[in-house]
Amino acid sequence: MKENPASVLKVPNSRGSIVGSSMPPLPIGVPATLVALAMVLPIVYLAVRTLGAGSETWDLLFRSRTLEIILRTLLLIVTVSAACVVLAVPLAWLTVRTDLPFRRLWAILVSLPIVIPSYIGAFLIIVALGPRGMLQDALEWAFSVERLPDIYGFPGAFLSLTLLSYPYVLLTVSAGLWKLDASLEEASRNLGSGRWRTFFQVTLPQLKPSITAGALLVGLYTLSDFGAVSLLQYETLTAAIFIQYESALDRTIAAALSMVLVVMALLIIVMEAGTRARFKYFGSTPGPERPAPLVPLGRWRWPAMGYCALVVLASLAIPVAILLYWVVRGFSSEESMSFVWGATWSSFYVSALSAAVIAVAALPVAIMVVRYPSYIANVIERLSYVGFALPGITIALALVFFTSNFASPLYQSLLLLVFAYVVLFLPTALGSIRASLLQISPKLEEAARGLGSSPVHAFCIITIPLLRSGIFAGAALAFLLTMKELPATLILGPLGFTTLATSVWSAATEAMFAQAAVASLLLVLVSSVPMGFIVFRGRQPG
Amino acid sequence: MNMVGRCKFLLALAATVLMIGAISFACGGGGDTITVYSGRSENLVQPVLDRFEEETGISVLVNYASTSQVTATILEEGDSSPADVVFLQDPGFLGVLSSEVKLASLPNDILNKVDGRYRARNGEWVGTSGRARTVVYNTENIDPETDLPDSILGFIDPVWKGRIGWPPQNASFQAFVTGMRVMLGDDETRKWLEGIQANDPRSYPKNTPTVLAASNGEIDVGFVNHYYLHRFLESEGDGFGARNHYIGNGDPGALLLTAGAGIMRTSENKEQGERFIRFLLSPETQEYFASETFEYPLAGEVPDQEGLLPLDQLDPPDIDLSDLSDAQGTLDLLRDTGILP
Repeated sequence: MKENPASVLKVPNSRGSIVGSSMPPLPIGVPATLVALAMVLPIVYLAVRTLGAGSETWDLLFRSRTLEIILRTLLLIVTVSAACVVLAVPLAWLTVRTDLPFRRLWAILVSLPIVIPSYIGAFLIIVALGPRGMLQDALEWAFSVERLPDIYGFPGAFLSLTLLSYPYVLLTVSAGLWKLDASLEEASRNLGSGRWRTFFQVTLPQLKPSITAGALLVGLYTLSDFGAVSLLQYETLTAAIFIQYESALDRTIAAALSMVLVVMALLIIVMEAGTRARFKYFGSTPGPERPAPLVPLGRWRWPAMGYCALVVLASLAIPVAILLYWVVRGFSSEESMSFVWGATWSSFYVSALSAAVIAVAALPVAIMVVRYPSYIANVIERLSYVGFALPGITIALALVFFTSNFASPLYQSLLLLVFAYVVLFLPTALGSIRASLLQISPKLEEAARGLGSSPVHAFCIITIPLLRSGIFAGAALAFLLTMKELPATLILGPLGFTTLATSVWSAATEAMFAQAAVASLLLVLVSSVPMGFIVFRGRQPG
Repeated sequence: MNMVGRCKFLLALAATVLMIGAISFACGGGGDTITVYSGRSENLVQPVLDRFEEETGISVLVNYASTSQVTATILEEGDSSPADVVFLQDPGFLGVLSSEVKLASLPNDILNKVDGRYRARNGEWVGTSGRARTVVYNTENIDPETDLPDSILGFIDPVWKGRIGWPPQNASFQAFVTGMRVMLGDDETRKWLEGIQANDPRSYPKNTPTVLAASNGEIDVGFVNHYYLHRFLESEGDGFGARNHYIGNGDPGALLLTAGAGIMRTSENKEQGERFIRFLLSPETQEYFASETFEYPLAGEVPDQEGLLPLDQLDPPDIDLSDLSDAQGTLDLLRDTGILP
């Protein structure tokens, strides 16, 4: 066999793979395959169990009521996504492309609500806007208003999810705006179009892919949300599944409804992938994109600031103020708050543990995908992203069924809970590690191997140190998401295990608002540590 | 810097963390330990468990969930369930466990601590405290003398449209519906449920928010257990805007339920489990239930509690609590009528 000079030199291609070595060494290939298989195990079992269910379950599933629940879920998804786009696109444009005063500060402030979990938002909406809530009391005192319009049901669910999830659209659209080629806009302006016309006919159409991507993220978030819709009594699929799970003796219906939820999530993902393939926007020249000049706002800067301030007020300032009010009230009323320390510790260590496991599990998959691309690597990558599409409640139910039938010692063990977190949040960490790995040239590693190191040894001494910050960012994200996760923790938590998330939940459902507020505040504080790390890292050059 | 060393160190660290997690989980069993599955809430039960641990040296692992969830969990776990003792909110689900052959017979000295009305016919569970079904009402909008119907059945009148609240996921609520089915049959019960449903009731996840909503005027009446109100009266004072109405007259709405406990047939710690149930029925714990949770003590002498209608004046319907075991039938009915999803 003739030696190919390229394989002798092992010239890396631009994607960071090692040419001529598509077979990964066993210490990489075997764990990567195992991780990928573990990711799909729960959902496969759920499908098997549902398909094997008796006709009685199918009758229950195909009732008009199921359709009603699906339609209600769709209504919320569509309206929340649309509202988020309307809210976020102007914010993105103002903070990226105009000379809005303090625009960097505004950019941070308007993206912060993403750290507030939906169930905390919902509980704050109930204490603030609920019947006999704080606003009602104030209005009654000032204007003797007897009754506010009902916040339970659709209005509350819509409001809480919109105010907390618009940052998803904001972040994707801002990224889209940064990458936008300014020359198209300039051409439009040079041809005599006004600013508004240019915005609507040139800028907005180019932003379509990022708007769609953001809206679909919001859709997925709304679909899998459990806390807000349950607290605000808007019965979507996740809420129905949980009520079924909690109150029914036969859990097969919950399993069947979960499959409906999975199908809806997959449809959203397919739609997202479809739009990504359909929209292709290229710059007019192959050269580097030029940053667009900032649009002067002139006297419009005052209403623009007012708009930003309004959004920050509604989605961040008021919620935090209410939270603090109830915390103070809670501590002054001598209500026992001792529960909160145990919950904080549980939250912290289970999140740290799952972040560590996730980072370790994601590493071989990332290496396999980036360094040894092949058909199999591609399949492994796809499988590892499965958790991204699956709502926490479905993973939790799947694991309950699986362990109570096949591995009962694991049932309600910490191990199982951590496993659920790994399935749910590995995709996020994987994305971060994979992106970092792509930026590291395999040349150095190859040099080490040329000097006699084994592939694994070379990777350990050369790439791991360079990859450190990517791994930490991935782990930080996983930590944050684990900390906030509610339904999986509620369902799979071991004996007597309470975290901050479950404390907020149980206190809020018992209408013990002061306790819920204290746990919420701690949750937001503890999660802001990794969040700060991620933001800080994102702002560093390179 | 030795990178291989660091790499190995990180791996070892990860492995250690995993091991510690696994060991701390595995060390749960063994020694004098019992596992309690509690369908009663943590803030109610934990102080009792703490006292028990302190007095007996037996450590208690406890799993809190809703009563129906505990039952479903045990059914799903089958014979490998780690539970030794179940402590549930209502007799219905204890009846389910008993008819699924999950519970062991309790010794006579435990059973005889309570009146025959408050324990299972087959001696597999025992009531630990009594809770009366009541109608909680808003004191501003309702005058209990004139505004409330004589029977819970009267609330299907359209004048109650938009004024009712209930917690349909709650086990005690479901036991009350089961009781109505035992008394009036499925057809009448379905009619009542549909009648209430036509009045657009507000559904709450639990009793506590239902009572709070009645005091807020969010609803005018709610169908709940009696003691939640008294917890609010204690913390909020007499200004709290809701009170209980006891229907009496042997009405389905005046059912007297018991929280109760049983021992798992598969338990390997039956003796410790029995000690735990004896502890629940001891004067000390019965006194706690009376003074802290405002339930009716069932074992020993029952002194009248301030502000509570005495047990012998409740006039509940004459139902054997062992007959409330068709929880599944009630769940099906609640699902059929669209009250549960």
